Amino acid sequence: MDLHQLWTIISTPDNVPIVMLLFVVPFYSWYALRQAFANDRLIEQLEADPAMAKTHHRKVQPYRPEWSREVHVWPFLLRIEFLAAIIVTVILVVWSITLNAPLEEPANPTLTMNPSKAPWYFLGLQEMLVYFDPWMAGVVMPSLIIGGLMVIPYIDANPLGNGYYTFKQRKYSILTFLFGFIVLWTSMIVIGTLIRGPGWMWFWPGMTWDHNRLVFEVNRDLPDIFGIKSGIMKSLFGGFVVTLYAIACGIGVHKLITRTPFNRKIYGRMSLVQYITMQVFMITMIALPVKIILKLLFRIKYVWITPWFNI
Amino acid sequence: MSEVNGKNGSASSGNGAGSEQPNGGKTRIAALVEDSKVIRDRAIEEIKALKQPEKTDLWKSILRVKHDETPRSRALGVLSNVFLHLHPAKINRDAVAYNYTWGMGGISFYVYITLVFSGTLLMFYYHPSKVVAFRDILYLEHDVPFGKLLRNMHRWGAHMMVITVWLHMFRVYLTGSYKKPREFNWVVGVILLVLTLLLSFTGYLLPDDQLGFWAVTVGTNMARATPLLGHDGPLGTQLGMTPFNDVRFGLLGGSIVDSNALLRAYIWHCVAIPIIISAFMVVHFWRVRKDGGISGPSPMMLASEIKEPRKF
Repeated sequence: MDLHQLWTIISTPDNVPIVMLLFVVPFYSWYALRQAFANDRLIEQLEADPAMAKTHHRKVQPYRPEWSREVHVWPFLLRIEFLAAIIVTVILVVWSITLNAPLEEPANPTLTMNPSKAPWYFLGLQEMLVYFDPWMAGVVMPSLIIGGLMVIPYIDANPLGNGYYTFKQRKYSILTFLFGFIVLWTSMIVIGTLIRGPGWMWFWPGMTWDHNRLVFEVNRDLPDIFGIKSGIMKSLFGGFVVTLYAIACGIGVHKLITRTPFNRKIYGRMSLVQYITMQVFMITMIALPVKIILKLLFRIKYVWITPWFNI
Repeated sequence: MSEVNGKNGSASSGNGAGSEQPNGGKTRIAALVEDSKVIRDRAIEEIKALKQPEKTDLWKSILRVKHDETPRSRALGVLSNVFLHLHPAKINRDAVAYNYTWGMGGISFYVYITLVFSGTLLMFYYHPSKVVAFRDILYLEHDVPFGKLLRNMHRWGAHMMVITVWLHMFRVYLTGSYKKPREFNWVVGVILLVLTLLLSFTGYLLPDDQLGFWAVTVGTNMARATPLLGHDGPLGTQLGMTPFNDVRFGLLGGSIVDSNALLRAYIWHCVAIPIIISAFMVVHFWRVRKDGGISGPSPMMLASEIKEPRKF
């Protein structure tokens, strides 16, 4: 256990945001889900008791009929904003006094940093380079992430959960987002920052960053395992496997979104375009963890090899 | 006292009846004294009025409305102020609670303002040229008063903004606030998120140290693998892409991260992206109001109340 190495990584000034992220993201996830579960309990009560549903104000917040529905922005909101601004300023000033921004040696193209890392918020993408070729990890995936985020409001056919925390009414969409944001995006950033060392090799927290470390792992391609030699056969085989994956994944997603009667009701509201868009993005998103497992557990580099691109 | 004065006055006028000249001089002096008393009284009165500055014309010309505790004044105080008029006059009682919004959108905007402020100050000391850029940072750190604090605040503020923008997106997703009628504002928000990351990324190169240089090298090397448009990407070479005409060349202004790349990063960072992101922010905030204000906490809807979608 090399505690000094661990401290060096954690206390690197540019890594501090990730260490913060390690606490902030779980905290706010808990904070949101706690409110979601509180709301869900009320929803259950209201569903069980239609008479109550007719008269209830349908919030967990305290309520009295004689209270006015709205309050003045001045002072009730502005004082909060003012306080928030002061608190943020204090945090920022204290942070800036106690911790110096990193400044290393002057840029030197002849002296490569090892590991040379992107800014921490792009480390998820850099970590993806392990599993995909750069055109996929650096260009296609980011574009799909941006596009996928943008289409969310247009493919979510569920009208429930608009403007309040809930888990029960939006299980599928919330789990998808938690999976994408926490499991894929945040944890890949954490891996890229805290785990990846020289040569972008995997160092568990506490392991010494050994610059001379060698890893005797031979990366294989899926067609090689099946003993396929010719280029054309490799292309055809890879295309077949990828298509097979897409179909299997599509069926899995379909099963998932038509599991309960409520899910089927929402599914019935989706247009064909919405459904296809959702499937395309889901299949691509799930391809990432699949590829991670293939690479880390089975040391498979490429599934589909063609003269123009490899996946 | 006034009676005694009056007697004295009458006595003196009786005495001086014979000599006209000095008497005339005396009355002139008395008139002057009288005038000055009037002026003094007016001055005192005006100074007393300053105890209520809100009654002065100057004050009224600047602030327009009264600031007493009537609902009308409170509403007008927000609506007639250019900085506050993004807010409605009144807001849902539950929406001011921290636990619903986490304040992350507002905090992101506030951090952006501090970044513009500290960034502008940094620009006074920084030349985007390969020869002096790094030395300017050293100068900032060691010689400029509060230069180190300034740079630290800019750096950590940038990191903070990335985190708060993510958390803001997280909250908006978990409360379903992107749903009707706020779909388009979510799209604007995604654009703002991307611009935030780009702002931070372009700033990374500016100190011109090893950290920034290699981070940007790694980052822009991905661009060379762009399908069709990069010389290393699928079908790139077939379309005639070389290191000297592909999309990476366009980003860096060269085939390596050098002085052109520094200048380009500087201009994107300090001029172009701030203008673009400000424009999108204006749209974002405007749409928050136009789409019905903040999304909740709104009354819960039950599954049994879902209406059939409109058929087209």
